[in-house]
Amino acid sequence: MKVTRIELQPGVWLTAVQTKKFKSSVLGARFLTPLTAETAACNALIPMVLRRGTQSHPDLESISAVLDELYGGSLEPVVRKKGETQCVGFVGSFLDDAYTLEKEKILEPAVALLAELIGNPYTQNGTFCPEYTKQEKANLTDQIRAQVNDKQQYAQMRVVAEMCAGEPFGVDKLGSEPAVEAITHQSLWDGYQNLLREARVELYYCGSADPDRVQAAFGPLLAVLPKDGNRTGLIRPAKKKAPKQPRRVEEALDVTQGKLSMGFRTNTDAWDEQYPALALINAIYGGTTTSKLFMNVREKLSLCYYASSGLMKYKDVMLVSSGVEFDKVGQAEAEILSQLYKCQTGDFSDDELEWARRSVVSTLRTTLDNQSRLEDYWLGQGAAGLTEGPDELAERVEAVTRAQVVEAAQDLTLDTVYFLKGRE
Amino acid sequence: MVSKQYPRLGETVFHEILENGLHIYVDRRRNFQKSYAFFATNYGGMDMRFHQDGRWKDTPAGVAHFLEHKMFDTKDGNALQDLAANGASPNAFTSSALTGYYFESTEKFFDNLKILLSFVSVPYFTEESVDKEQGIIGQEIRMVEDDPDNQVFYALMECLYDHHPIRVPIAGTQASIAKITAGTLYSCHKAFYNPANMVLTVAGDVDPEQVCAIAKEILPNESLPQIDRDYGGEEDSNAACGEKELTMEVSTPIFQLGFKCDPAQRGEAWLQRELTGELACEALLGSSSPLYAKLYSQGLINKNFGYGFELYPGCALMVAGGESRDPRAVRDAVLAEGERLAQEGIDPDLFQRLKKGVYGAKVRGLNSFEFTCISMAQSHFAGVDYFRFPELFDGITKETVEDGIRRWVTAQRCGLAVVRPGEGKA
Repeated sequence: MKVTRIELQPGVWLTAVQTKKFKSSVLGARFLTPLTAETAACNALIPMVLRRGTQSHPDLESISAVLDELYGGSLEPVVRKKGETQCVGFVGSFLDDAYTLEKEKILEPAVALLAELIGNPYTQNGTFCPEYTKQEKANLTDQIRAQVNDKQQYAQMRVVAEMCAGEPFGVDKLGSEPAVEAITHQSLWDGYQNLLREARVELYYCGSADPDRVQAAFGPLLAVLPKDGNRTGLIRPAKKKAPKQPRRVEEALDVTQGKLSMGFRTNTDAWDEQYPALALINAIYGGTTTSKLFMNVREKLSLCYYASSGLMKYKDVMLVSSGVEFDKVGQAEAEILSQLYKCQTGDFSDDELEWARRSVVSTLRTTLDNQSRLEDYWLGQGAAGLTEGPDELAERVEAVTRAQVVEAAQDLTLDTVYFLKGRE
Repeated sequence: MVSKQYPRLGETVFHEILENGLHIYVDRRRNFQKSYAFFATNYGGMDMRFHQDGRWKDTPAGVAHFLEHKMFDTKDGNALQDLAANGASPNAFTSSALTGYYFESTEKFFDNLKILLSFVSVPYFTEESVDKEQGIIGQEIRMVEDDPDNQVFYALMECLYDHHPIRVPIAGTQASIAKITAGTLYSCHKAFYNPANMVLTVAGDVDPEQVCAIAKEILPNESLPQIDRDYGGEEDSNAACGEKELTMEVSTPIFQLGFKCDPAQRGEAWLQRELTGELACEALLGSSSPLYAKLYSQGLINKNFGYGFELYPGCALMVAGGESRDPRAVRDAVLAEGERLAQEGIDPDLFQRLKKGVYGAKVRGLNSFEFTCISMAQSHFAGVDYFRFPELFDGITKETVEDGIRRWVTAQRCGLAVVRPGEGKA
C-alpha cells in the first residue's frame, strides 16, 4: 500500500492510496471550513442540493443512470466533523476496473461525474433551483430532528453540546433547525461560492490506479475550482479545563431505559506527543470488552446493558456512555468514577495494559484493510495537517510505558454529566 | 482440501467436509492484515419447535439468542475475554435462521480459532449464571423496545404473517426468557450445535490446511442426525392483515412496507430467487427507478429510504421503509407502480443498467470479510455455493423479474406498519 500526498494547487490536497487489495476504489472531494453556528447548516446543505442535479444530468434519475452504468457506483453527500473543522462534500465507491465485465475504465468517468456535481450544478436564473433547495432543507431538518430517535447517540450529542457550549466543538455538524429555516436558494448559492473559493479542499483516492493516473483523472475537478481563492488554513481546537464542580443536566423523554453520558476533559489531542498514551488509557478504561467499564459496570455488577468510553481524537474530550435502569443511575455513575480512580492510581494489571495495547494496535492496523475507515482516517489527518499513517501511530502505541498511561489517566477530569430519563 | 477458483471474482476458496459432517470454507485473501472466522449453527430465533428424543418440543421465544449470550461462558471464565486478550475482536449474533460466532484478528489467528471452536462446542451453564443473564438480556430487550426501527419491523412481520415464527422477536420477551433454564439451554445446544448442523467459514491470508487440522483437533468426532423443525405449516400467500400502527417518541412517522413473496426451494433456486427479488426491488422502487425519483421529489421519502429482499426457510418478503409524512401514500404509489410494471413491463434499458449496478454492488460486497463469511455460511445452509452468483445472475431475465413483481406486488400480499410520533406506546 503506497500513500502519496500532493498539494495540487494552493490549499487543494490529494491523498492517493494505491493498493490492489480491494474490489472497489473510493473517491472523495471534501471542503474543509471552520465549524461555526452561523455557517454549519448552510455548508451541510450544499452537498445535498448539489447531489440533486447537474447541468447535463438535471435530476436524481439521470444521475442514478450514470452511476448504474458505472456498475452501481455511489457518490454520496457527506458532512463530518473533525475537531472543530466541518468537512462537507462527496465520497463515492466504485467497482475497481479489474472486475468490470468488458474491462471498462471506471476511475475517469467517475471523477468526471464528481467534478460535474461540484462544479456544474443544475441552476435556475443563476442560482440553485428553489425547488431542490426547499426539498433538501426539509430533508436536513428531518435529519436534525431524527437525531432524537437513536437515544444512545442523542445522549452523546447532548453531553457534547452542554459541555462545549460556547466552543465551536459544541456546534452540531448539521447545524440547527432555525439556521436551516433561514436559508434561501440565494444565500445557499452565496455560501457555495464561498466554499469553492475559500475552503481548503481534500481530494482522495484509494484503489489500484497509480498516483499519476489518479492526478490526471482529477484534472476535470481542478478545472472547476477557482484559482484565485485564498483558502483557509488548519484549525487546532483550544483546550479547556473542567469546572470545579461537574455540570449536571437531566432531560426527560419517553424511554424505558435511561442513558447516562459523561463528558471528560483529557488535556490531550491528536497533535500531542502523549496522544498514544491517552488512546491506551481509554482502551483500559472503557474502550474494549476487556476494559474496566465493560468487566465491572456491565458484567460483574449487571448495572447496565452497555458501558463504554470513546475519544474525540481531534479535541480534548472523552465520553463515557451507558444504558441504565432509572433507579440505578447513581450507583452506575459512582462505579464509573471508581473505575476511573483505579486507572488514575495505576490499579490495572499488566494483562489489562497489554490487552488494551493489542486492541488499539489491531484497530489501527485493520484500518488498512477497510476502505471507508481509511478514507475517514486520512480525512481527519488532512484536516489536522498531520501525516502519520495508522501503522505509524500503531508503532508509537507499542512504545508507550505504564507510567505514561497513568499520567494520561491523571489528566482526565469530569466536566459534564447528562442523564436522559423517562417521563414520570 | 479441494480448492476452487472463481476467476470473475478473483477469489480462491478451499473446501473440506470433516468426518463429523462439518463443512469448512476458506476464502484465501492475500495481503490483508486481518483474518476473519465465522462459526455458525443452522439454528435461529425461529427454530422454537423441533423434534428431539422421539417427541416434538416447544421452547420459549428467545432461546437461540440466550444461548448465544451464554456460550461465551467457559469453565475457566469467559471466552470473550480470552479472545480480546489476544487482540481479537470477537462477537456473535442471532438472526431468525442462524446463530453465528466470529472474531477478527491481526495476530495469533490459530490460537483464536481454537478458542472459538472450543467455547462454541462445549456448553457450560449454571442456574446462577442463567439467572444473571436474564437481567442483562432483559435490559437488551427493553433497549430494543425503545428502538422504533425494531418495533416497526416486528409490526410489519405481524401484518404479513399469520403464524410463521419470523414474527416472533429473536430475543424473546421479558416473560418468555423468564421461562428459560439451564436445562433448556443444554437440550437446545445438544440438538443444534452438532458439527453436521454447523459451518465454519474463514477469510484471510491463512493456511487452509491448518484451519482443517485445528477443527479436527478441537471438535467432537461423532456426527448426529439432523433435527426436524416445525414452522406451523405453510402460510397463506396473502398478508395476515393490511396495516398496523404504533405510537412512540419519534420526530416523523417511520414505516415499513412489505410484500409477502413465495418461499424458495433449497439449492440454486434459492440464490436465483434472492437475485430475482433484489432486481424486482430495484426495478420497482430502487434508487434508479422512476418511482423513487417521483416519491423523493414529492417529499414522501428521504435519504433514509431503504429496501431489500429477505429469504428464510418457509418465507420470503420484499421490504421497504424509512421516514415519511404519509406512509399510506407511499404504499399506494408502490402498488400502482407494481400494477404498471405488471402490464407494461420494465424498460429494457433500465433493466440492463440495474443488472450492471446490482452486479457491481455484489462484487464490491466481497470487500467485507464479514459479509463474505456470513454469505458463504447462509448459502451453505441453503444448499448453494454463494460464489456462483455471477453465473446465476447472467441467467436472470427481465421476464423472470416482471413475473415476480406481477405475483407479489399486490394489495392482498401487502402489509404496512407505521410508528407515529407521540408520547407513550399504543
